[in-house]
Amino acid sequence: MEGIAAYMERPVSNTESGTEETEQKEVYDVVMIGAGPAGLAAAAAAKEEGAGRVLVIDRDSAGGGILQQCIHPGFGLTYYREELTGPEYAGRFLTKAADEQAEFLLNTMVLEINPAKRTLLCSSQEHGMMQIQAKAIVLAMGCRERTRANIRIPGTRPSGIYTAGAAQRLINRQNIMPGKKAVILGSGDIGMIMARRMTLEGAEVTAVVEIMDYLAGLTRNRVQCLDDFGIPLLLSHTVTKIVGNRRIEGVWVSQVDEKREPISGTERYYPCDTLLLSVGLIPENELSRTAGVETDPVTGGPVVDQHMQTSAEGIFACGNVVHVNDLADNVSLESERAGRAAARYAAGKLCRGLRERADGQIPCIAGENIRYICPQRIAAPAGDEDVSVYFRVSRPDRDVRIIARLNGEIIASRREMRVNPGEMLSLLLPGSRIAAGELTICVMKE
Amino acid sequence: MQEKRITCIVCPRGCEITVIGEGKEIHSIQGQQCRRGEDYAGEEFICPSRILTSTVLVHNEGRKILMPVRSNRPIPREQMRPCMEEIKKAQVQGEIHRYDVLIPNICQTGADMIAAADMDWM
Repeated sequence: MEGIAAYMERPVSNTESGTEETEQKEVYDVVMIGAGPAGLAAAAAAKEEGAGRVLVIDRDSAGGGILQQCIHPGFGLTYYREELTGPEYAGRFLTKAADEQAEFLLNTMVLEINPAKRTLLCSSQEHGMMQIQAKAIVLAMGCRERTRANIRIPGTRPSGIYTAGAAQRLINRQNIMPGKKAVILGSGDIGMIMARRMTLEGAEVTAVVEIMDYLAGLTRNRVQCLDDFGIPLLLSHTVTKIVGNRRIEGVWVSQVDEKREPISGTERYYPCDTLLLSVGLIPENELSRTAGVETDPVTGGPVVDQHMQTSAEGIFACGNVVHVNDLADNVSLESERAGRAAARYAAGKLCRGLRERADGQIPCIAGENIRYICPQRIAAPAGDEDVSVYFRVSRPDRDVRIIARLNGEIIASRREMRVNPGEMLSLLLPGSRIAAGELTICVMKE
Repeated sequence: MQEKRITCIVCPRGCEITVIGEGKEIHSIQGQQCRRGEDYAGEEFICPSRILTSTVLVHNEGRKILMPVRSNRPIPREQMRPCMEEIKKAQVQGEIHRYDVLIPNICQTGADMIAAADMDWM
């Protein structure tokens, strides 16, 4: 194996000699980091907005990101008004980006972003270490799954414990069944989808265990993935202990009280050879941190304005790297906004970054029963451009009104029959009513 | 007479709908809040059908590719297992493009299993 030192000995560019100052770097108008739904939609939109050279970089050998393994249907319902599988949805965006002449650099890892120079340090087996110069950068790295370490389940440390997405990759891309008898912890969408997938492939799924007293994922997935196959859903329950030495042999499951503490005496043993974890996603922001962008402690992603520009000028972000979405369609729409704004920035047509414009920012504040709002700030003046804000509630509710207030005055509101933390909501703020001040969004009982 | 409780999945509202009927005859549908819900509940009562997705092994120029596939129309739920057996056995040769038919009329359901991805992009 060649170590990183071997790469470092090569010239740090595609020229044979030269220091960092004099080397010839490839120069692009807009560079996307990540070729998943976010990066692809942003790239196509940047091109449509008139950007010159647009590059999409990804560490995988093919574009499409996680959609490549999401072989189930349910994509495209809002964007294309038809139901597609993940690979089809990705395929359409790959075609769109390629038709728009976006360039691709695959099998390549971005190691570092220099926010001042707007350069990217990349590494690949083919090209070694290289520098890429961008006028605007779009962070589109997506998210990763929370693991056993994140939720600290007691017990032994045997094999057979996978995140739901890892199991999905094994089955759908590598043709490997992770096990024959599974328990799934967490009622997130990937967990429920894997319950169905494993059942269809001949495994037995004995239970889906959810610590909250409501479903984490979409109702349609409970119906089509669990109810269809008679897989029990245990709400207000959690795995309290993992048993087994070399391979997992079973798990102890307990009911939990309203403080999510296990209730003594409710323990039940579930024998299994596989435990899948579908316990949440974390935006993947190691690179964003090298670029020094400000992050939101609630979303775990960069703080952005309505153009999806981060606190670092010329660096934009979109998709699950910003906040975890429930629908790929929402990622595509948000990323198109980021791509267009990045193209405008590269052409010198978009105002400077958030940090330099502290005077002209409207903070978006989460009020009653709102967990977070994206964008976190609106760069003012927005002119007469309407601004869409996206947010999630903290807890489920029915018959409510969503209210947006600017300096106490209602500027937009909507009735909603049902709100759920698993389903993202949005509100369109009329541009004519956006002015300096403070925006608050809340959900009130009708 | 048979009574069936159905959670509507047409929209996020998730109405709990009760359908009473027998075989292909429906006597009453209650609990829905819209016409689409009524249609969905009726179909769910008579013959619940789903899009089936899986993977099929494709051989092309010495490369083995696990191709994602889906049915081009919903398949009755009770036909899913026999269809999965067919899909497991299937192996295809050649260059496959998106929406190529890999298994025509699977298990006489009238649905074809079609490629969901393009080999050029994999």
